[in-house]
Amino acid sequence: MAKSVLIKNGYVIDPANKVNQKANVYAVDGKIAEVGKVEPKADLIIDAAGKLVLPGLIDIHVHFREPGDEEEETIASGSAAAVAGGFTSVVCMPNTDPAIDDATSVEYVHRMGRQTRKTHVYVMGAITKDRAGEQLSEMGFMVQAGAVGFTDDGSGVQNPAMMLKALKYASMFKNAVLAQHCQDNSLAGSGVMNSSYNSTVLGLPGIDPLAEEMMLWRDIQLVRKTNMRYHVQHISTARSVELIRQAKKEGLPITCEAAPHHLLLTDDSCCDYDTNYKVNPPLRTDADIKAIKQAIKDGIIDALASDHAPHLKSEKELEFLAAPFGIASLECALGLYIKALIEPKIIDWPQLVSIMAERPAKIISVDKGTLGKGKQADITIIDPDCEYTVDVNKFRSKSKNCPYDGWKLKGKVEYTIVGGEIRYSAQERASAD
Amino acid sequence: MEVLLSSDKIADCITALAGEIVSKTTRADKIAVIGIRSRGEILAKRLGDILSKKLKTEVPCGTLDITLYRDDINNPQGDSQPVVRSTEIGFDIDEKIIILVDDVLYTGRSIRAAMDALIDLGRPKAIRLAVLVDRTGKELPIAADFAGLKVDLPADKSVQVNFVESDGKDQVIVT
Amino acid sequence: MKNKQIIWKHKHLIGLRELSREEIEHILDTAQGFEEISTRSVKKAPTLRGKVVVNLFFEDSTRTRNSFSLAANRLSADVIEFTQKSSSVSKGETLLDTARNLEAMGIDIVVIRHSAGGAPKFLSRNINASVVNAGDGYCEHPTQGLLDVYTIRKMRGSLEGLKIAIVGDIAHSRVARSDIYAMTKLGAEVILVGPPTLMPAKVEQLPVRISYSLDDIIGELDVINMLRIQFERMGSNPFPSIKEYSHYFGLTVERMKKVKKDILVMHPGPINRGLEMESEVADGPNSVILQQVTNGLAVRMAVLFLVNQGAMTKQ
Repeated sequence: MAKSVLIKNGYVIDPANKVNQKANVYAVDGKIAEVGKVEPKADLIIDAAGKLVLPGLIDIHVHFREPGDEEEETIASGSAAAVAGGFTSVVCMPNTDPAIDDATSVEYVHRMGRQTRKTHVYVMGAITKDRAGEQLSEMGFMVQAGAVGFTDDGSGVQNPAMMLKALKYASMFKNAVLAQHCQDNSLAGSGVMNSSYNSTVLGLPGIDPLAEEMMLWRDIQLVRKTNMRYHVQHISTARSVELIRQAKKEGLPITCEAAPHHLLLTDDSCCDYDTNYKVNPPLRTDADIKAIKQAIKDGIIDALASDHAPHLKSEKELEFLAAPFGIASLECALGLYIKALIEPKIIDWPQLVSIMAERPAKIISVDKGTLGKGKQADITIIDPDCEYTVDVNKFRSKSKNCPYDGWKLKGKVEYTIVGGEIRYSAQERASAD
Repeated sequence: MEVLLSSDKIADCITALAGEIVSKTTRADKIAVIGIRSRGEILAKRLGDILSKKLKTEVPCGTLDITLYRDDINNPQGDSQPVVRSTEIGFDIDEKIIILVDDVLYTGRSIRAAMDALIDLGRPKAIRLAVLVDRTGKELPIAADFAGLKVDLPADKSVQVNFVESDGKDQVIVT
Repeated sequence: MKNKQIIWKHKHLIGLRELSREEIEHILDTAQGFEEISTRSVKKAPTLRGKVVVNLFFEDSTRTRNSFSLAANRLSADVIEFTQKSSSVSKGETLLDTARNLEAMGIDIVVIRHSAGGAPKFLSRNINASVVNAGDGYCEHPTQGLLDVYTIRKMRGSLEGLKIAIVGDIAHSRVARSDIYAMTKLGAEVILVGPPTLMPAKVEQLPVRISYSLDDIIGELDVINMLRIQFERMGSNPFPSIKEYSHYFGLTVERMKKVKKDILVMHPGPINRGLEMESEVADGPNSVILQQVTNGLAVRMAVLFLVNQGAMTKQ
């Protein structure tokens, strides 16, 4: 491991420190030492001419299926996918088997992550024991073990009294955030795609947008009462966006995230019953996509998160009704955000970096997402104009359930550096593949 | 294109066929005429009318669609597709002497299919084959009992029968 | 024998939504040609001799399954019956594995009924045999749609301009959807009737009229098709009681006093007597329910014949 690293001639975008210009980045012993016109001697020199140098990107919503479903993904393979996608930190969801609902499991995931030595692996623990929605899990111990937040993701907490209790209890822990997969099961029913004209002619049960909006509205009332930090996962409808806009106006401590598929795909994609488009919350309509993009532009959306959900080919190779929900897109997520937001000029690079690094870091209360002096040297270097074709067969992830296969995207990841160490380089990959 | 039979000659042939059928059939009261779709159907109606006049009784007449019995149904030759239409035989064929009518006897395959179809419909006393043109090129051991015209043709020539009802005029041509 | 220009090119029959008016009429014309087989003493034609037809039924259905069996038998095909209660779950064999195993035995046509919309389409993408949809989830039941319009055409000559009501649980009915596509393509005006809780999402985007009151529109109808109330499909009750449902949407003798004299009364069967319609109506002079069954046989023979032809046509 090189003691000192110099990244020169690159264009640095660090919105946290208001840097948006050509500059060199110098790191020593895994920490940022200097950003500017410096050119000290260094053990490792990277020429980033023509490239963007960004604080390490953070994905606060991924599913690494360990423990329990290691054939789909392990913390090792998921981490390899993460750094290939330019992410220096990820947050794992607790809907593993068994669920991550105590300190031991949290420690387990952290340990596996450390051993892999790829991306930083953080964990959100389950709000309720076994994610069953009935009893609070040991949030205190999990916080002590390093959990950055709590969610029953995969499902939402159905019972309002339970959610109120969880918000109240968690407010004891200074840095924890309660995240919710908003889905009222009585309204969602047995739905497998958006409830729309498409679900009617395809003959599939639909998930009413109300299922998401109802729980979100409910939780907003509960947050108002408890003032606990609350984060809305993968928002998918225009009305959800409106609810959050109002809540933020009111000053409530609410943040939210959006996934790449809700920026790029509508439920029209389901017309061939291709299960690569089966996801929860489901793909919605053009109007919903427009509203989410506008919200990103207006700064209402705090983070972009892939909701990377790996599944085996045999699991997805079923009739649409029976296949599991999920899209695995960690490795091409950055390219997808560029396609959805940068290319159509909805936001600029500093805004994109803000919602991919600075603000997600704040949501999970970790001291990352910036290239400030003394911070951990987590750095992502990308070539913003280099076009590549998504090839699922080359994914580092174990699973290939991805509808973007063959898509031409821009924004190739050149280097992913964690703690001053190169954990991924495009060159190395090119020679290995 | 060579004209084998003109309109008048066709009428003569049909009349001659009717005469032959009557003279060679002992139980003329059991005669029924069935034409194979689609031109055999037209010929059968004309024949049936003449027979009815000669025998001074209404000779039953029906139409047979042999699409479902063709031996090439699962081995399509060329670009076309067979179209299924109905068989319309409004009488019981048991114990009847069926005069099976078609425009041209060539390979014999249509007649084979027609006989299979008839057997599935009932048990006729006898089946006799009457055709307007009997040409060389048989692929199955099937012979016409009554033929208007016998003609020897090479394989690359084909016989086409046109009727007023279907094609605008009566004629038999070789192309 | 001169053959017409090819109208039917399809190897599968998945649904009526993607068929043209011409193609639907071709199926009906073909069915007419097959009707006669069922009236003979030897009710068989050798058309599919040597072909293997598999009835792959993942949902209970004696009537449709028997109809397809008989249709295949009438065409001299060999029929394999394969019924299974569950669909693809980790406990059992997946749909794909089941189909592939059957195909390894050498089959030509798979007739599939499944609770998942899209299952026949999924199958058709993964096996070489022809696939005929006998009902998939809430999506389509094409042979039912075809026999329904065949019956109407037979009785009325044409569907052009006819007013046809489909009454009942539209939301969960694949019969309703297939009927809507076939009837509207053949020129009829379709009116969907039922309580709001039984209408599907965005139903107003379909080319139909909607009425929540049967009495309001019953006088204008030429055909009325009563759907079966399927308790097993509905989940938690979308209406408070059977009594209330039949009061508002049942075809009673009383209601029949308000209809056109020659109205056709239809039902895909099996009938819940007293629920969708009173016995006197089901057995009455306007009912063509039994003709539907007879016609179903001819239609299914035509469908099996045509997909077999389609499989051999150069794609």
